[in-house]
Amino acid sequence: HLATSLPLPSEMDHLRPRIDLIAFMIDIKSKYSLKNVEASLAHVDASFFLGKVCFLVTGVGRVNYCSVEMNAIWKLGEVYCSPVLFCELELEGIRVATAQRLLRMLQICAGHIPGVSALSFGSLMRNSADE
Amino acid sequence: DGAARTLLSIGRLSRGPPFGRAHGRFGLSPSGRLLLPAPRSQENADPQRTAFLLRKQWTLYSVSPLYKFSNARLRDYARLLSAFIAAEKQKGLAVEVGVELDIKVAVSSLPDLKGSDQDQAAILVQLSSRSPASPKNSEEKLVWSGWFCCVSGDELSENVPEDFTCLPLFLANGAESYTSIVGSWFQKTFDCSFCRLAISPLNLSWMAAMWTGCKVDKTASAMELVFSVPCLPQPLDISYAIHPEDAKALWDTVQKTPGEITQEEVDVFMDCLYSHFHRHFKIHLSATKLVKVSTPIASAHCDGIIKFLQSQYLTGVLMLLTELAISQIQ
Repeated sequence: HLATSLPLPSEMDHLRPRIDLIAFMIDIKSKYSLKNVEASLAHVDASFFLGKVCFLVTGVGRVNYCSVEMNAIWKLGEVYCSPVLFCELELEGIRVATAQRLLRMLQICAGHIPGVSALSFGSLMRNSADE
Repeated sequence: DGAARTLLSIGRLSRGPPFGRAHGRFGLSPSGRLLLPAPRSQENADPQRTAFLLRKQWTLYSVSPLYKFSNARLRDYARLLSAFIAAEKQKGLAVEVGVELDIKVAVSSLPDLKGSDQDQAAILVQLSSRSPASPKNSEEKLVWSGWFCCVSGDELSENVPEDFTCLPLFLANGAESYTSIVGSWFQKTFDCSFCRLAISPLNLSWMAAMWTGCKVDKTASAMELVFSVPCLPQPLDISYAIHPEDAKALWDTVQKTPGEITQEEVDVFMDCLYSHFHRHFKIHLSATKLVKVSTPIASAHCDGIIKFLQSQYLTGVLMLLTELAISQIQ
């Protein structure tokens, strides 16, 4: 399900399936997208931050178009205890690889992978990012 | 290749705020402090000598360190470059169609343009032409200038082996064809490489904030920000002009410690300007791309084009540009 901001419209609540993973997309070329994500985060229930949220930073192929300061993004990942992924949507290879990663994460978050919980996977990702 | 570039970008992006590495503080706090470059006291320097650099449009390049470059051989280099240009013209790579021009090369040093004593003095290359048809003593016309400089580039020069000269910033004014001829000669002779230096919107907003804080006289021109709106069928540019005193007043309320600037202060400054604009026009400038910043001090374009407008802040601006050039080289 795709949304430009949160909260989701309440009229559809009863039709909506369970949400297993929220990927917040931040376009590094748009400061506005960061502000939008920051505002939307306030509407997310705290239980999601136990491994069911990730930040997807797009547009990283061109550093010279950068309007968002990286430290702000790292800080967001730290504060909300969620992993930060990078991708460049314009490149098919990276787009496909990122989609596969997200799908894998979604499978874990939905509980389809026995032995791996969203929380354990989330802390695994965070620890490897720190190295 | 695109994938490799993306990974490289991630590495560069995770290295921290744009300006702040010049002071060698890699363990910077996330807010990234920077000391405002104070105008270098120019008792020995004659502003007249660098006046010709002002109000001209310079295209920026980053240059990797030059191998076995010597300050003592500038006349030789001028001669060799002159011969190279003549040879290129012989080869049929005519730079001016129809007109046969005699190109004279002058290479000189600009010792005033440096930040610290470790910096290499700036090197100026000028190409002048004299039509062979006119008399010997007729005026020579300057057709192209380019200069290499390094202002407070200690971070680079400290880590470079002997025999290498660090002049990471190159500025060119004149026909692109001359720039490429001069560039190829330098690349061949000193085993270096030139690369266009682009300026990201993030760096442009730092420049906007820093330059707004500089003292200017009452007759200063307006501060102007130009934004390019993405994803439209027809390109749209938005120009936002702010009275220089209003801009300075805003910056003065934002900046806490004189002489220091943090990323947060730059963000607050820009956000104030954006929300003011949004209140009037309902347009989110933060979703557009900042492409040009013009202040009474200097104007900078994201394609890597700069114009210096005040000689007292020349070295200050060069220091920022040197830092950008160094981070592109590394």
